[in-house]
Amino acid sequence: MADLPLPRTASPLPSIVVRAAINQFVCALVALLLWSISPHKGLPMMLGYSFIIGNCCWLFIDGSRALIGRWRWRRLGGIKEWPGMPWMAPVVVIGTALGYGVGSEIADALFVQQSPSLGSSTPALLISVIAASIFVYVYYARERLHAQRLAAEAAERQAAEMQLKLLQSQLEPHMLFNTLANLRVLIGVEPQRAQAMLDQLIAFLRTTLAATRVDHHPLRTEFDCVRDYLALMGVRMGPRLQVQLDLPADVRELPVPPMLLQPLVENAIKHGLEPLVAGGRIVVSAERRGDILRLAVRDDGVGLDATPTNGGTHFGLEQVQRRLVTLFGSAASLHVSAAPDGGTEAVLTLPLAASAS
Amino acid sequence: MPTALIAEDEPLLASGLRADVSTLWPGLQWLPSAGDGRGALDAALARRPDLCFLDIRMPGLSGLEVAQALAEDWPDDDTPFPLLVFVTAYDQYAVQAFDAQAVDYLVKPVQPQRLAACVTRLKARLAARPSIPPAAQAGLTQAVDQLRALLGAAAPAAAPRLQVLQAQVGAVVHMVPIEDVVYFEAADKYLRVVTAEREHLIRLSLRDLLPQLDPDVFWQVHRGTVVQARCIATAKREETGKVTLTLKGRADKIVASRLYAHLFKGL
Repeated sequence: MADLPLPRTASPLPSIVVRAAINQFVCALVALLLWSISPHKGLPMMLGYSFIIGNCCWLFIDGSRALIGRWRWRRLGGIKEWPGMPWMAPVVVIGTALGYGVGSEIADALFVQQSPSLGSSTPALLISVIAASIFVYVYYARERLHAQRLAAEAAERQAAEMQLKLLQSQLEPHMLFNTLANLRVLIGVEPQRAQAMLDQLIAFLRTTLAATRVDHHPLRTEFDCVRDYLALMGVRMGPRLQVQLDLPADVRELPVPPMLLQPLVENAIKHGLEPLVAGGRIVVSAERRGDILRLAVRDDGVGLDATPTNGGTHFGLEQVQRRLVTLFGSAASLHVSAAPDGGTEAVLTLPLAASAS
Repeated sequence: MPTALIAEDEPLLASGLRADVSTLWPGLQWLPSAGDGRGALDAALARRPDLCFLDIRMPGLSGLEVAQALAEDWPDDDTPFPLLVFVTAYDQYAVQAFDAQAVDYLVKPVQPQRLAACVTRLKARLAARPSIPPAAQAGLTQAVDQLRALLGAAAPAAAPRLQVLQAQVGAVVHMVPIEDVVYFEAADKYLRVVTAEREHLIRLSLRDLLPQLDPDVFWQVHRGTVVQARCIATAKREETGKVTLTLKGRADKIVASRLYAHLFKGL
C-alpha cells in the first residue's frame, strides 16, 4: 500500500478518479482480510460492508479536506489541495467516525436479513479503522510531500524567472544594437575611441552577467556598472548627456544586492532625458544616513507628468520594487517623485544591517 | 542632383550613415542632419529633399510621426514627395509592419550589403519617378496609402475606455463626459477639449488619449485632431485632397488631412 502510485500532475486522469479507484482497491483488501478472519460471513457481504463504509469514510475525509483546503487557499493563498497537518488530524478522526457510523447504517439497511449488524463486529471495526488510518496517513503524507515539492518548484521557477527578466532588462536589444551601431561607425573614424567604447561595453556586459549570479556586491561595483552604462550612453547621446556620480568613501564597500541602482539610471535616461531634444543631466548619489543607505538617481528631464502611463513604461521600477520586497520586506523602499528643479528623482533606501549581513 | 536628409538623434550614427551612403552614391547632396523629429519635419518641409532617412526612436517626434506629418503637410504644388527610409535599432513589430507594406527600412547596425541593396532600389525608384505634374502627385498618393496602413499596424493596443475627462481650471475641476466632446485638438503639450458649450485644456497627449477612445465613435481626422463622428455635419472635399468638416453645434470648421480623407468617401 505504501507504494501506491501517486495520482498527480503526471496522471492523465483527474486526481479524484484515481483517488476513488485506490479507495475501492483498499476496500476490497479490507474485505478480503476480514473474510479470511471470519469466513462464515460470506465474501459478498464482507465486500458490501467494506465498500459502503470505506466510501463513506473517504467521502467525509476527502470532502472536508477539499472544502477546508479551498477555504484556506482563498483566504491565505498557498496550496489549494493541502490544508496542513493540524487541520487534517481532526478531519481524519471525525471523518472516520462519521463515515463508519453512517456507512454501517446504510449497509445494515441494505442487508436487513443480517442480525446482529456486521458493522458492529469488533474485528471488522478495528480493521476498518486501521485501514482507513493507514490509507489516509500514507496518502496524505504523500500529498503533503507533493505540495511541498510544488511550492519548492514554484519558488525555484520564480527565482529563475526573476533572473531572466533582470538579464533581459539589462541586455535590452534596442540599447545593445544602438551601441553596436555606434561602435561600428567609430571603428572607421576613431579606432582609439572605438576601443575604449568596446572596453566599456565588455565591462558592462561582464558586470551585468556576474550580477545575476551573486546575491551581493560592493556598492562601488554597482557604481562601476552604472558608470560603464552611462559612458556608453554618453558616446551615443554626445553632449546631450551630462553625468555626475557621487560615491562617498564610507559607503564604497557596503554590500548591496546587484542591479537595483542600474534600472533606475536606465529609467531616468529612457523616460527622462532621451525624449528631450536638449538632453539633460543625471546625478547618481549614495549617502549613509544612520543605519540606512540612501541611493538617489535624479534627472532634469521631462518629469513624471509627461511619462505615458500606459504601455508598461515603469517595468524597470516595478521590477526593483518587487525585488526590494522579496529581499527586505518593508525595511527598504523606493520612491519616485518630481525633482524640485523639474525632472524626476528616484530614491532607494536600504537597511544597512540587512544589506551588510 | 538628388538631395537627402538624415533624421537621427545619435550624431555618430548620423555621420556614419551619411558616409556609408555617400560611398555608394557619390552624387548625392546632403542637407544638414536633423537631431530630433521636429527639426527633421521643419527641414524636410523647407528644403524638400528627394530622400529622407528617418530614425524611428527620436526625441520630439518619432520617425513615423515625422512621416505622417510630412504626408499631411506636404505642399500641393508639383514637388514630388520624398522617398522615405525608416531606420531602427531593434523593433520587431515595426520591421514586420515595414515588410508588410513594402516600405524601405534599415536595421542598425546597418549591414553593407543591405545598405547597397537599399541604395540601388532608391536610385531605381528615383529614376522612375514621373516628373509631369499630374503624375508627380501619384508618388504622394502612394506614400499616403502606405503610411495609412503603417500607422494602422503601429496603433497601440486599446486601453480601458475613458468615460469622463477631468479638466482643471484654477481650483475647480470640471467633469466632462466623453460623449459631450465634439472634438479634441492637440496644442503643444496640452489637449484642447471642445464641447458644444465651451472648451477646456487638459495635460494629456493625443497619443496617450487615443487608445482610450472608441475608434467607432471618435474618428482621428488629422494627426492632431480627433472628432466625434456624430457631431460632423458635412464633409467637403477640397482640390488639395483635404476635407473640410462642419460641425453640429459649433461654428468652427476642422480639416481632415489627406491621410484620413478616405473616411469621407460618400456613397
